[in-house]
Amino acid sequence: MRLSGRGIRCVRGGREVFSNLDFEASSGEVLAVTGPNGSGKTSLLRLVAGLLSIAGGSIDLEGGETELNLPEQAHYLGHRDALKPALSVLENLAFWRDFLGGEALDPAQSLAAVGLDHASRLPAAYLSAGQRRRLSIARLLAVRRPLWLLDEPTNALDAPGQSLFTGLMTDHLARGGLVVAATHAPLGLPARELRIGGAS
Amino acid sequence: MTALAAMIRRDIRIALRVGGGALIGVLFFLTVVVLMPFAVGPDLALLTRLGPAILWLGALLASLLTLDRLFMADHEDGSLDLIVMSRTPLELTCAAKALAHWLAAGLPLVIATPVLGLLLNLDATSTSAVALTLLAGTPALTFTGMIGAALAVTLHRGGLLLAVLVLPLSVPVLIFGVAASEAAITGPLSFGAPFSILCALSLISFVIGPFAAAASLRQGLD
Repeated sequence: MRLSGRGIRCVRGGREVFSNLDFEASSGEVLAVTGPNGSGKTSLLRLVAGLLSIAGGSIDLEGGETELNLPEQAHYLGHRDALKPALSVLENLAFWRDFLGGEALDPAQSLAAVGLDHASRLPAAYLSAGQRRRLSIARLLAVRRPLWLLDEPTNALDAPGQSLFTGLMTDHLARGGLVVAATHAPLGLPARELRIGGAS
Repeated sequence: MTALAAMIRRDIRIALRVGGGALIGVLFFLTVVVLMPFAVGPDLALLTRLGPAILWLGALLASLLTLDRLFMADHEDGSLDLIVMSRTPLELTCAAKALAHWLAAGLPLVIATPVLGLLLNLDATSTSAVALTLLAGTPALTFTGMIGAALAVTLHRGGLLLAVLVLPLSVPVLIFGVAASEAAITGPLSFGAPFSILCALSLISFVIGPFAAAASLRQGLD
């Protein structure tokens, strides 16, 4: 599987964020998107996820499932964690497992993988920022998608959480997955770097 | 199918839990109807004559009350991004969300109608006629209101804008809903004609609502 972008141009609110951006990554690779604040890292992820319309250029995924388009084969982990405070941890995760569909894992098992199994009955409203992030990461495990689009994935995670997440990413890559991560902190994995804006 | 069932289950669950909107709508409906006799005065004949219109207006306003959260809540916490990316067509998801909203917020209004009819001096036949028209008409309010709820997300404005957008669209439903109830109570027109049109309006909104809402949500992505 191979993800590639050619001559991408991004315009937000009438202002050009970046243009002529090229990148590529193949199965088992991490593409780390770096750059100063406001350089368009999140915008690039949202362009790949199909959540922003592309102003120029193209983004292609080769070698995926042919009847599905790119966003349908991707997980998006953004700043906002898509959790409902009124639902319990397990209910939140079970909903996304059922709604997103496809090859899925038992929610309790994915909660255990991120160290949240003790809190599964707790309403999500009572979770700390780090726990919310862990629950969002559990969604990546509960439903299998080959492409992970991660926006500052290690934000709010403590040191054990970060190394746990590095392990989960390694497993994902070993299964032939692909990760695109916008990040300021090092991911703890060998990665191709794509630098947007700033000094480059 | 699993995806849509999951969406309906989740939305109903959230609406019924603390902070959800299901009970607020019924309470608001109750308040509007209870206030009417105080405003109109204790003239029982007048209340009977105005009864169906009051119940319909109350139900219309109550169903609007929680509608602006339909997509806004999902937009704010990022769920909408995942919904748009998912393998389920957005139109079907919109329809499922509207159905869940109706089950949680619209159906309780229909169930409360017989009780509130007593306050307006309506007899059993009249209240059941009004309840029946509400059962046929409130889905149309939800499914057309959904278009406004989606536009509210697109335009980043909630609340009042929704009322301004949605209320004109609900005029036909209100006209035929009240006409059918009046026909059942006082005649001389037959109940069937306005009631059939009311059902037709609901059926049309089932088709147009989800497509318009999905188109609006796709436009509003950013």
